[in-house]
Amino acid sequence: MNQPVRVKTLKIDDRDVSGREDETILEVARQNGIFIPTLCHLDGLTSIGACRLCLVEVKGVSRLLPACVTRVEEGMEVYTQSERLQKYRRMTLELLFSERNHICSVCVVNGHCELQSLAQTLGMTHVGVPYRFPRLPVDASHERFVVDHNRCILCTRCVRVCDEIEGAHTWDVMGRGIDSRVITDLSEPWGDSETCTSCGKCVNVCPTGALFEKGKPVADRLKKRQFLPYLTMMREERR
Amino acid sequence: MTPEELKRLVSQGEAERPEPKHRICVCVAAACLSSNSDQVKQALENELAARGIAPECEVKGVGCMGLCSAGPLVAVEPDGVTYQHVTSTDAAEIVEHLGQQPIERLTCPTETPFFTKQYKIVLENSGIIDPEKIEDYIARDGYTALARVLEDMSPQEVIDEITRSGLRGRGGAGYPTGLKWSTVAKAGGTRKFVICNADEGDPGAFMDRSVLESDPHRVLEGMAIAAYAVGASQGYLYVRAEYPLAVKRLRTAIRQAERLGLLGNNICGTTFSFHVDIRLGAGAFVCGEETALIASIEGKRGQPRPRPPYPAEYGLWGYPTLINNVETFANVAPIIRNGGDWYASIGTEKSKGTKVFALAGAVKNTGLIEVPMGITLREIIFDIGGGIPGGRKFKAVQTGGPSGGCIPEQYMDMPVDYESLAVVGSIMGSGGMIVMDETSCMVDVAKFFMDFCMTESCGKCVPCRVGTAQMYGILQRITSGEATMSELALLEELCDMVKYTSLCGLGQTAPNPVLSTLQYFRDEYIAHIVEKRCPAGVCQMPVREGH
Repeated sequence: MNQPVRVKTLKIDDRDVSGREDETILEVARQNGIFIPTLCHLDGLTSIGACRLCLVEVKGVSRLLPACVTRVEEGMEVYTQSERLQKYRRMTLELLFSERNHICSVCVVNGHCELQSLAQTLGMTHVGVPYRFPRLPVDASHERFVVDHNRCILCTRCVRVCDEIEGAHTWDVMGRGIDSRVITDLSEPWGDSETCTSCGKCVNVCPTGALFEKGKPVADRLKKRQFLPYLTMMREERR
Repeated sequence: MTPEELKRLVSQGEAERPEPKHRICVCVAAACLSSNSDQVKQALENELAARGIAPECEVKGVGCMGLCSAGPLVAVEPDGVTYQHVTSTDAAEIVEHLGQQPIERLTCPTETPFFTKQYKIVLENSGIIDPEKIEDYIARDGYTALARVLEDMSPQEVIDEITRSGLRGRGGAGYPTGLKWSTVAKAGGTRKFVICNADEGDPGAFMDRSVLESDPHRVLEGMAIAAYAVGASQGYLYVRAEYPLAVKRLRTAIRQAERLGLLGNNICGTTFSFHVDIRLGAGAFVCGEETALIASIEGKRGQPRPRPPYPAEYGLWGYPTLINNVETFANVAPIIRNGGDWYASIGTEKSKGTKVFALAGAVKNTGLIEVPMGITLREIIFDIGGGIPGGRKFKAVQTGGPSGGCIPEQYMDMPVDYESLAVVGSIMGSGGMIVMDETSCMVDVAKFFMDFCMTESCGKCVPCRVGTAQMYGILQRITSGEATMSELALLEELCDMVKYTSLCGLGQTAPNPVLSTLQYFRDEYIAHIVEKRCPAGVCQMPVREGH
């Protein structure tokens, strides 16, 4: 039953590191205190490689690889901070800021938003592409929570936590491309949802102010995510 | 079952029906049908019946004959005459002239380069057999390759033959087919799948549709051989729902093949079983991407996922899966019948065999052609295509659809193969070829394709979802005379970023039409921006003061 775990040795930013064969570049980097930015990734949820912020360069591979889904390999030489990568990451953030209406000063999570803090960390000084200013609805029909599509970055953490952890699959995505939108059930008002258990997991995993709880002061709106690794761990033990 | 038994099986049916004196073949593929070839067929049948010569003369519906611009096409055998632009009022005249001097007014010249320069492997039966009759296919050596494979070839020998042929994926990327097959064959597990990708979606491309409509059994046979080689027992044909005729003919074909024991359980009396089911696409271009296609078959939202793991290892429902394009499967049976070396003798060093192209746009002869790899673009456009109509000047040819690029005049003598096309900033793609003359504005063309990519982006990854929308916005400003040179610089930056950071092929190749037009027609972009002028006169520009 107990198969030997193979350990791979590799280099990340010229540092010698080691990781289990089933670990990703992102996991190994974080264990070693190497920072790789992420938005759609969240420990405890399936990684989907959608935000493209964690792209890294691997020597000998012409493509850029998403660190969150790329397994470590023996002898890999990974570079996480090249000038080119930093430029792409800033542009990705600029595109996200231009896509919808991200106005930090009037946002409910101003000060503890992952998008905002990444923009600060990665040195995004301005948005070089024109703002699109779409007209998007806010759904406050749920008795406790609100979804504000203006702040959504379509990371689909809510979709995944609802499906994979809570098991309700209330959230999903509708539409294509730039018209994509997260929806509850078959695009019904959240308050009318028959599948939503009001567990609030989606609100806690949301990186921005797209999902928030009603009637709380801004200072209390810190997202609580400790439950995720805990739940995942419990599940694995059961297996 | 041996190939001889197969033939006998069919000839039993044929013996009851004597060979007719004259056979009138009417094209019933989508292009000719859209110009009412079904009415022509009906009129011809009525005419024969009215004259009481129906038994000795036969009207037969056949697949695409290629020259779609001259449709509806009608071929008369054994007279060897082809008539073009036939209407139902011509029926009486055609029947009258059976076995006599052909009608000059309607005759379609078949000695032209359009017909003589082609080399047909995939389309060898197109326009000759009735796509709704398995007997017709078997009479032209159909299913003999499958019978032979099951009779006396091991799966490894089949893969070796395909590898030897040098066949590369005809969906566009050109991945070596033999290598793909052997990867799936080596993958562990007893459950494997074979998928045929018929989600053809490039604007102006209709190769796969024509193959499916004209010769559906060829694809099924290719899939069955592939299934035997890789060890699969279930196959899926993912066809877009916009191809109702192809779907109908495939359904008929599957039923017929199952009835003869050529699909289903214990094929040809062996232990090999292979079932094929059809899955319909719901109109999303991105579902042509293999991982999105798999998600769609699984009943999920059609979105790609990062590779690796590749489908060969982790595909449909997590099992090893072989995905090939329609045209790739269509090449399999001829390769087995004639040998890999025969196939490898056609084409160039790295691109073997033939390629089917859908020739469209500003050429005299639009339609479906099959040419050996390595032919030059000039031969395709000016010999086969007959050149540009109306005495206008050639400007560029767009290959590879929204993932490809525009190739200008200076590369006309370049051989058509995977590598050469990539060098000039385009791709082979699935085979769409749109010819443009001097009346086309290249910025407008780039805008058209960017609009397509923006609308068809699935929305999963940021660069493709937002980047294509931003690039489209800039192109829109350029074509309406509002953009500045700094926006052009931004456009180039976005092209670079979207190309290298997008998740799947759609986003990674979406900037190609812009990049290639910028490379060869930069002056047109500058004219739009600086002079506020569209050189081709296509774009609506603001009226300047003093004019």
